[in-house]
Amino acid sequence: MKNFFASRPGIIASGLIIGAIAVVLQKLGNPGNMGFCMACFERDTAGALGLHSVGKLQYVRPEIIGIIIGSMLVSLTHGEFRSRGGSSSVVRFFLGMFAMIGALVFLGCPWRAFLRLAGGDWNAVLGIVGLVIGVGVGAQFLKRGFSLGRARPTEGSASGWMLPVAAAALLALAVAGFSKLGPDVGDKMAPHAPLWISLVGGLIVGGLAQRSRFCTMGALRDLFIVRDMHLLLGIVAFTVTAFVLNLVLGQFHAGFVGQPAAHNQHIWNVLGMALSGLCFVLAGGCPGRQLILAGEGDNDSAVFVLGMFAGAGVAHNFGLTSSGKGVGVFGPTATIIGIIFCLVVAMVMTKRRPA
Amino acid sequence: MSKQIDTRGLSCPQPVVLVMREIQAGTHSFTVLLDSEVAQENVRRLLESKGYTINQSESDDSVVYETSK
Repeated sequence: MKNFFASRPGIIASGLIIGAIAVVLQKLGNPGNMGFCMACFERDTAGALGLHSVGKLQYVRPEIIGIIIGSMLVSLTHGEFRSRGGSSSVVRFFLGMFAMIGALVFLGCPWRAFLRLAGGDWNAVLGIVGLVIGVGVGAQFLKRGFSLGRARPTEGSASGWMLPVAAAALLALAVAGFSKLGPDVGDKMAPHAPLWISLVGGLIVGGLAQRSRFCTMGALRDLFIVRDMHLLLGIVAFTVTAFVLNLVLGQFHAGFVGQPAAHNQHIWNVLGMALSGLCFVLAGGCPGRQLILAGEGDNDSAVFVLGMFAGAGVAHNFGLTSSGKGVGVFGPTATIIGIIFCLVVAMVMTKRRPA
Repeated sequence: MSKQIDTRGLSCPQPVVLVMREIQAGTHSFTVLLDSEVAQENVRRLLESKGYTINQSESDDSVVYETSK
């Protein structure tokens, strides 16, 4: 078989393994229902780099580094690493920014939405409803010919290497104890699993997701567009595995109230994740998938990731983020602005092609 | 000369959307130009699920699927 992980058993196996790694990382110290969360971990890394100054949300997350480098290594060995780009890069920057803002209104990326569900946090259901709405709306534009334009191979490979090299540099900083150098040290640093275990977890997830094309947004989008369940099977395997292991390890606590890093303002849980979902579907991948593509040399995904980092700074510096107490002062306004931005981009970039 | 669909450089799921349109238009024989492995896998999965047979060849930097049904 050419690529086992692209087969049906392959995507299910990937979901199983990724779900198990997420739960184990939580057991070893990552925050509640946050074994893996691309948005949260990019936010924490952005904080460690000084893009925002919330002490307990600062830590260079080795999982993010591992995913990028894991994808790079596996794509190199399979001849899939190609420096490419030029598909409306700046639009993708702002899609990344608003994806992060939406995720921080809900409190998690789609990966975490499914992990929250698997941990018994029923607020996640609202987020997943929002995700389905956002992806569903985006899928309608795709069916009508939405496109951010073609990517092309870049001249020379330097730009394809930027994010993998930046990830390696971040790793060097993390190993050197950089996370402890911020203004808020010690117990105020974000809770986390041991560095090397997080890194290995990230590398495995990065490699597996590169091979299997695991994507939390694509799973829903393919249902809307081609009625294809392939990627969805991966997400189901991921969620069920996390649920079962949470039960076994005593990490399952059912309810709406008192959930870790979650709030009960249902409308904003729905709309926050709808905004994120819309951004992901227009950009062609969930935040995990964007990291994987960036690791393969895709400049457009790298710019999307940088947009998410910028979005984390914007969201925390200007009171857009939610907390356990509820949405931030300007969170709802930013969510509405983001949704309008996405709809305008979608309409401008949809051209009816002759059938 | 059969109709040619150029999916090169398009991100997910646009290659699939373009091929889907051709299938829905009832075209039985067409050619698809692809570059990324992901698009190759996705388009192959779609075509095979709809009962098409694929004749794969390579030209320059792209993969060519000639379909028939």
